[in-house]
Amino acid sequence: MVARVRAGLGAALLVWLGTAGGAEAFTAYVTNEKANTVSVIDTTTLAVTGTWKVGRRPRGVTLSKDDKELFVCASDDDRIDVLDTATGKVVRSLRSGPDPEQFILDQSGNPLYVANEDDSQVTIIDIEKNKVLAEVPVGVEPEGMGLSPDGKILVNTSETTNMAHFIDTKTFEVIDNVLVDARPRFAEFSTDGKLLWVSAEVGGTVSIIDTGTRKVIRKISFKIPGVTDEQIQPVGVRLTKDGAKAFVALGPANRVAVIDAKTYEVQKYLPVGQRVWQLAFTPDEKQLWTTNGTSNDVSVIDVEALKVVKSIPVGLLPWGVTISKK
Amino acid sequence: MRVSLPFLIALAALAGSPAALAQEPKAATGEPPPGSPMTQPAQAGSGDTPIAMLYRPVPAPSSYDAEAEPEDLGVAGARMAVKDNNTTGRFTKQTYALDEVALEPGQDPVAAAKALAAKGVHYFALTLPAEEVLAVADALKGEDVVILNAGAPDDRLRGADCRANVFHTIPSRAMQTDALAQYMTLMRWRKIFLIVGPSERDKAYADALRNSAKKFGLKITAEKPWTFGPLAKARGDTPTRAEAMVFTRGLDYDMAIVADEEGDWGDYVPFRTVDPRPVAGTQGLIATTWHPTLETWGAAQAQNRFRRQTGRLMRPLDYQAWAAIRTIGEAATQKKSAEIGVIRPYLTTPEFSLPAYKGVALTYRPWDRQLRQPVIVVQPKAMVSVAPEQGFIHQRTPLDTLGTDEPETACKLR
Repeated sequence: MVARVRAGLGAALLVWLGTAGGAEAFTAYVTNEKANTVSVIDTTTLAVTGTWKVGRRPRGVTLSKDDKELFVCASDDDRIDVLDTATGKVVRSLRSGPDPEQFILDQSGNPLYVANEDDSQVTIIDIEKNKVLAEVPVGVEPEGMGLSPDGKILVNTSETTNMAHFIDTKTFEVIDNVLVDARPRFAEFSTDGKLLWVSAEVGGTVSIIDTGTRKVIRKISFKIPGVTDEQIQPVGVRLTKDGAKAFVALGPANRVAVIDAKTYEVQKYLPVGQRVWQLAFTPDEKQLWTTNGTSNDVSVIDVEALKVVKSIPVGLLPWGVTISKK
Repeated sequence: MRVSLPFLIALAALAGSPAALAQEPKAATGEPPPGSPMTQPAQAGSGDTPIAMLYRPVPAPSSYDAEAEPEDLGVAGARMAVKDNNTTGRFTKQTYALDEVALEPGQDPVAAAKALAAKGVHYFALTLPAEEVLAVADALKGEDVVILNAGAPDDRLRGADCRANVFHTIPSRAMQTDALAQYMTLMRWRKIFLIVGPSERDKAYADALRNSAKKFGLKITAEKPWTFGPLAKARGDTPTRAEAMVFTRGLDYDMAIVADEEGDWGDYVPFRTVDPRPVAGTQGLIATTWHPTLETWGAAQAQNRFRRQTGRLMRPLDYQAWAAIRTIGEAATQKKSAEIGVIRPYLTTPEFSLPAYKGVALTYRPWDRQLRQPVIVVQPKAMVSVAPEQGFIHQRTPLDTLGTDEPETACKLR
């Protein structure tokens, strides 16, 4: 239990208060790209409880199925660091191939699908055996990684080729490529697997792809009074499990867009920190966390009230965020 | 830069080797390994779209030159762009080959360009001076070609001497001096001391600067020609020239602007002005397209990829050549065709855009074929700002606050 770790660090009282308040305590892990650290934050107290050292240029971050291990892309060290979440120590490293940027873990807990940004490929790693199962050539600067709910289709977006590559997770073959707008950063499947949301940072849009026909059926664009179109740069995308709402981080527009995921209408823009990139929900979807690279903090959004409740300072250039399931 | 450059390169070479091993073989694109001879024509496969690159190799530097230009300057960026085009092309069944033409001293680029056009080459990237760009453009007039000028900033190529078949990835001098003028406006540094070198290029830079000052309401409170020779290239044991030390005396200005495109003396001025004033222009604080410290908007990836492929840092001319060749690749991806009849009209439509590590999509101005782009303002060791600066607005796009706008253009495309 993460709560016990906190207790061990002397925050037992806070954890107890948290549970008493009804909300479950989760742990958020934030990678700080220029500090080479991970900030560990309690989602109830919203206090930073630890800062862990990792390899150089940490970006993508995710947890093992049992939350016991934290995986961090150490991009400039060409490896993935695996940390014990009980101790905060790097216990081993995975052979990720060069410049790992983002990754996604198979629903079964293994393998890990990794985008190698400088190397135009996706590497598939057996995390138990630390063995490369396959290397799939994709476009230039692969980044975004999405996995269909049934685990059968992996989608990678390549930032300079401007495509979403559909990869069969059985054969590791690219089965289709869908052209989207400039600099696609993130791919997120709907819970039913029928739709894929892909953000385009330079294009300023989010494309909705029908995963059956593999055609773009809708493009969402954004208009914010007082913000130039050039500053609107969509990156992170998260959908609520019930398929009702989508949240899109808009980079240097310093806002998160709230979208009705059925009508694709933008309902609201929530002001967060500067240059907001990645997003993560708490498992109960009561909070949405954002990483704000230029202001060196994370914002916590109350999902029901659609209000930013807190900004928490972290390390230099926060990039990614993941939150424990328990 | 001077102290750390060899160290950086050594690091790059170290970092590059394991990555290079992991790369898949890509013999078909003819990418030469770092350090190989530069003239290495690609073996064009039958289905490859050829793109020609005409350039003059940089002559070997003197025995010691801390900032010598690499011999593959420019063409190295073109090679990376063709590789990028082909990585994308795997999925669109569009492949490209680079026809590299390294011109000998005295060799006429026109004959080379004509021979390539006769062979069926439609796309040409040039890193050549303005008069040679014009000569090639006029020789290929009426042919189905797109010529991409990556090296000549001359405003006349976007003005009275513009050509319908020439597109410019390098920002015009006007865009460069507008970027500096916007930064000065932002800082409320309004008074300029302009120092102009002896060459035609220096005079052209000074002309652009005067226009920018007028456009943004800055004042040139003093102007002098530089008459002391290439002091920046003099050796360290050369005695300091007393008259050069005092020629900035008794002037009222906020910033000195040097017009020295050859880099002969501009770097002599900083820290030698009588009054403590910053220096900008062609040296000191400069406006450019690329810099080792540019890493936002994904630029870090391009920096790493370039360094791994070449063993050196990417320079502005490399970037401009990269943008030229990516223009063709990107347009072909968007139109699903690399046919000249499809690509040429498409480039100046609002639908075409080139993502090029500047945070916004870049487009070509239809009235003079200039690539619209943010211009970075940098000092030797750091990025200082990016133009267009906040608050400079334009009814079309803030990018059009840089350079010659449609109502002012002298360009009549033909």
